[in-house]
Amino acid sequence: MLIHHQQGHVRLHNRLAAAAFAIACAALLPAAAAAAPSPSPGSATVNRSGTSFLTATAVGVGQPVQVAASTGDYLYWSFSAAAGQITEIALTVSLPPAGKRTGASTWTVDVFDGLRRRQACTAGVQTPIAAATATSVSLGCSLRRVRSWAEPWSGDPLPGTYYIRLSVTDLPEPDLGLPIQVDMLLGAHGDSNADDGELKAPLVPRVKPGEVMAEAGSVHPSASPSPTPDEATEALDWLPDLSARWIWTTVGGVLAAAAGVVGFSLTWRRRK
Amino acid sequence: MRCGAVCGPAAVSKIIAVSTSRWLRTILIGPTVALSTIIPTAAHADENEPVETAAPPRVELVLDVSGSMRAADIDGRTRISVAQQAFNEVVDALPDGTELGIRVLGATYQGKDKAKGCTDTQQIVPVAPVDRAAAKAAIAALRPTGFTPVGLALRGAAQDLGTGEATRRIILITDGEDTCAPPDPCDVARELAAKGTHLVVDTLGLAPDDKVRRQLLCIAAATGGTYASAQTPAELTHRIQQLVDRAKDSTVKTPALVAGGKECAGAPLLSPGVYTDREKISEHRWYRVPVREDQELRASVSIALDRQVNRDYGVLLRATAADGRELVRGTDAGSGRTDVLSTGLRWSALEPDVESDPSTDGPTTPTHVCLVISNSFASSTASDAPGLPFELTIDVVATSPAPDAPGLGRGWLLLLVLTVAGLLTGALAGWLTRWWVATWRTN
Repeated sequence: MLIHHQQGHVRLHNRLAAAAFAIACAALLPAAAAAAPSPSPGSATVNRSGTSFLTATAVGVGQPVQVAASTGDYLYWSFSAAAGQITEIALTVSLPPAGKRTGASTWTVDVFDGLRRRQACTAGVQTPIAAATATSVSLGCSLRRVRSWAEPWSGDPLPGTYYIRLSVTDLPEPDLGLPIQVDMLLGAHGDSNADDGELKAPLVPRVKPGEVMAEAGSVHPSASPSPTPDEATEALDWLPDLSARWIWTTVGGVLAAAAGVVGFSLTWRRRK
Repeated sequence: MRCGAVCGPAAVSKIIAVSTSRWLRTILIGPTVALSTIIPTAAHADENEPVETAAPPRVELVLDVSGSMRAADIDGRTRISVAQQAFNEVVDALPDGTELGIRVLGATYQGKDKAKGCTDTQQIVPVAPVDRAAAKAAIAALRPTGFTPVGLALRGAAQDLGTGEATRRIILITDGEDTCAPPDPCDVARELAAKGTHLVVDTLGLAPDDKVRRQLLCIAAATGGTYASAQTPAELTHRIQQLVDRAKDSTVKTPALVAGGKECAGAPLLSPGVYTDREKISEHRWYRVPVREDQELRASVSIALDRQVNRDYGVLLRATAADGRELVRGTDAGSGRTDVLSTGLRWSALEPDVESDPSTDGPTTPTHVCLVISNSFASSTASDAPGLPFELTIDVVATSPAPDAPGLGRGWLLLLVLTVAGLLTGALAGWLTRWWVATWRTN
């Protein structure tokens, strides 16, 4: 919806339609895309980070993160993203004093989805090189828009948990273990398009230890039970979820009716 | 419209009620998506299982009290006094209930006999909810004396921490390299990690030289721990505090231990959950997962680089049918310094067979999907060393069918087409009515 709005099929821009649409969905339009992530007021600062996928610290959008660590640590955070969301990650690493360092270092921010699959950054400096004399280095990553559904064979971003890993991927060995400070902030924008399919279970990974089943066939899979569909809900499955499409289509119907009346009156006006 | 038997008049009110609540829910949820992401949510919320609190993590500080700790090179103070002060501050700041123990090495034997000196390691504070006064007294009594049997101390610390489901962390603080190899402390660390009981060794070097740093880095890498160096008392205190805090937070249950098969047939059958296993370089490990027709398989794997490996590497996770046909694969590759290399996959049977009546079939028998994990690492480490550790996460959820084409439209073009169509229809209707009225009047 926003994309259409912004890219603006200006050629087809119809003043009447624009006015009607603006009235109809001014309230539903989310604010225009934010430029850079900014901390949301009142959110508590996170002073922790995990050291593996399993121990990743959960952070929210707009929640500032400030962690003291050592050069060479692998720092993990996780956040959850909903369909339609575009997440932006902004990281700043305050480096140890230049006098203690011996050379340049390469820093990397990697993002993984709930299945630990690598996610691409569409913008942002993902692997900056900090010069030997630099005092800090900034990293950034804008993720792709989260899809509401994708084929199992695809690697598209889906709703669920995402992991962020900050690491230093190349540096002179004597520079390892020096104290650093990491500041991170997540920003998110975008709107949810509920009409492109639905993922039944978000990509939220299990953290409980598993159980090896004794014999093939002797035990039924203790998988999460598929939800038993409510009869009435089942009967309504054909109805699309509420989304911008409802507004567009309804406005279109209203416009068509109005145009119909106009067209009808045109043919009668001549007689007067 | 798939109405069937429920589309009687009686069902209409029910449908309206359900649709109203469903829409209300959507209206309420839709705009709050942005809001809900602001509030931190537990990333690992698992609605299917009851919430269990994992046992508190157990931590042991291992302090080197060998002769070299007498060196007065940290802001003019001896290393041991700096370490003692840092320990005191950490003990003071410990939250109640933390299970913390302290072990020392090279603390008692003053002689020159290496064989004797290299067995010199004792636990001075048992792993238990910490008794502050007793711990401080034990720390204050330490005098730097003997050798540096790091390997033996690590083995001892692993024993002190016992077994159990809780995460176990060793924080090793030393200033000098191991003077008692064999056993090489790095081999000991890898051997301890290979026992399958989740054990992490974080290392801290006090004003370390190149050799010490390399040894500590090796120990940390072998167990998935971290390495830090401390050049000032403040750095040391801060870092120990950081490590204790981090250990306290990691209340994750230890993944289940499993040994993968050599081929698909007879491979262990896994239920959803997290597992750990080890795999040698170029080895293949097989597992099977039962997946019903209406279910989706999700699997992810993270191989840890616990040793020095060649610069470029890769991991491959494949799902195959029982007959060896490949269903889907996940792969990732990289180069340079990293801790783990991960990939994952999703798979579900194409479309559940709608025609077959589920009431007569009963629950469909699950098919076994095979998972095989392979890697393309290369390393100069002895080939008889235990394999690279990896973590395998299995989940089986309800399948998500492909969406139908949307029944609604959007965009300016849609509005234009509808308006033009309306205009034309109106005009046509007008002319028709005019023609009809004209005909009626003449008659």
